[in-house]
Amino acid sequence: MRDLIDTYWLYFLVGQYPKGPLGGLALTVLLAALALLLAMPLGLALGVARLSLWRAVRWPVTALVFVVRGTPLLMVVFWAYFFLPTLTGYKTGQFSTMLIALVVFDGVYLAEIVRAGIVGLGRGQMEAARSLGLTHFQALRSVVLPQALRHMLPSLVNQFVSTIKETSLGYIIGLSEVSFIATQINTQVFTKPAQVYLCLGVAYFVLCFGLSRLAYGIESRGKRRPPPRVPA
Amino acid sequence: MIRFEGVNKWYGSYQALVDIDETIAKGEVVVVCGPSGSGKSTLIRTLNRLEPIQGGRIEIDGRDIHAPGTDVNALRSRIGFVFQQFNLFPHLTALQNCTLAPVQLGRLTPAQAAEQARALLDRVGLANKADAYPAELSGGQQQRVAIARALAQQPPLMLFDEPTSALDPEMVGEVLAVMRGLARDGMTMICVTHEMGFAREVADRVLFMDGGRILERATPADFFLHPQHPRAQQFVADIRRPFAAGPGF
Repeated sequence: MRDLIDTYWLYFLVGQYPKGPLGGLALTVLLAALALLLAMPLGLALGVARLSLWRAVRWPVTALVFVVRGTPLLMVVFWAYFFLPTLTGYKTGQFSTMLIALVVFDGVYLAEIVRAGIVGLGRGQMEAARSLGLTHFQALRSVVLPQALRHMLPSLVNQFVSTIKETSLGYIIGLSEVSFIATQINTQVFTKPAQVYLCLGVAYFVLCFGLSRLAYGIESRGKRRPPPRVPA
Repeated sequence: MIRFEGVNKWYGSYQALVDIDETIAKGEVVVVCGPSGSGKSTLIRTLNRLEPIQGGRIEIDGRDIHAPGTDVNALRSRIGFVFQQFNLFPHLTALQNCTLAPVQLGRLTPAQAAEQARALLDRVGLANKADAYPAELSGGQQQRVAIARALAQQPPLMLFDEPTSALDPEMVGEVLAVMRGLARDGMTMICVTHEMGFAREVADRVLFMDGGRILERATPADFFLHPQHPRAQQFVADIRRPFAAGPGF
């Protein structure tokens, strides 16, 4: 175990970097972070669109949600890898392919969380905001979403943690993220699969656990403000 | 100021408002009462288009407010609406509840809005609660903040949808006192309420509704002492003896 780590730790962390492209755990973190940062605004937009008063907006988005939700992520990755280049006529790299697949897939799941958060808030807040003359979007931005997002936080974190784990599917299209690197190491060492994959598991656990704790910290900081009370 | 002309409204196959014709003058204080499900809340919610109507027209200052192309946000920003459940914004302080709309609508600068909000909170007797969050206030205080929030729109018309029904009895008085003050200052008000004392003291007229129709229009004294319509007679008898109405008493 000791010489396994001594030999391969740098390869595990950054892949062939700086002699080759960035890979390993660093690439996984980068991919997951970008996916979260891009999927969240997309999820907000899609979630709000799902509740739009205009059918022309609501229906296509609802269709997208149902299609993506009814498909495994692996499928979405394949589409992005094989199908997207024929559509755009432009070959995207493995990293961008995986990023696109993750953003679309997670955006859709986040959209459903956002929708549930907005619906769960009840009609009263939206009605009060609208009766003051605010537009639908002003009401969403200043009144509904600030409250709904706080209620959504646990579900959002759940989805974010999934995203980190989902980056491992990049393995399938040869993206040198940490699972791919671990497999490479395992092929080279050959005799220590348990140790190699234990390290891989620990790496994912640390990332996911770290994010959960961070979110928990944000959540309890938000609680200092008095929680909304249901009027008697 | 307000004119209902043959207004009809359905929820699916259920008719909530039936042939409503009514005129309300500027400065009038009108109390709308009736049993639950009679359409009284629906009636005032059509006035700021929280509810659409399917027939007839509603005019405010001569303008058909349900006509297509009416700027619904502009309409609502000139009508104060007070909800039974207060619907204060719980993530904002009392002051911020009162400054949100005037600032977002570009009517006042943040400084002007804060100044106005302090004056309004003072008017409803809550100057010292400006920085409190709704959850830190009692029900009566929350409803008074909600009235201040509505007044921040400087509305010529205030609508009240059972403003005291969700309150503990000892808090009803403080809210009614604020409403009385508004009425005295000449505000045009339509109040859905069963508060007989309030109606008798400040209302110019009482409208009694049942089954989506306005069945009786009268002065408060006439309505509560000599109701004409049999349903109104039953209703007045029930609210005078609240415990006699339910089964088992």
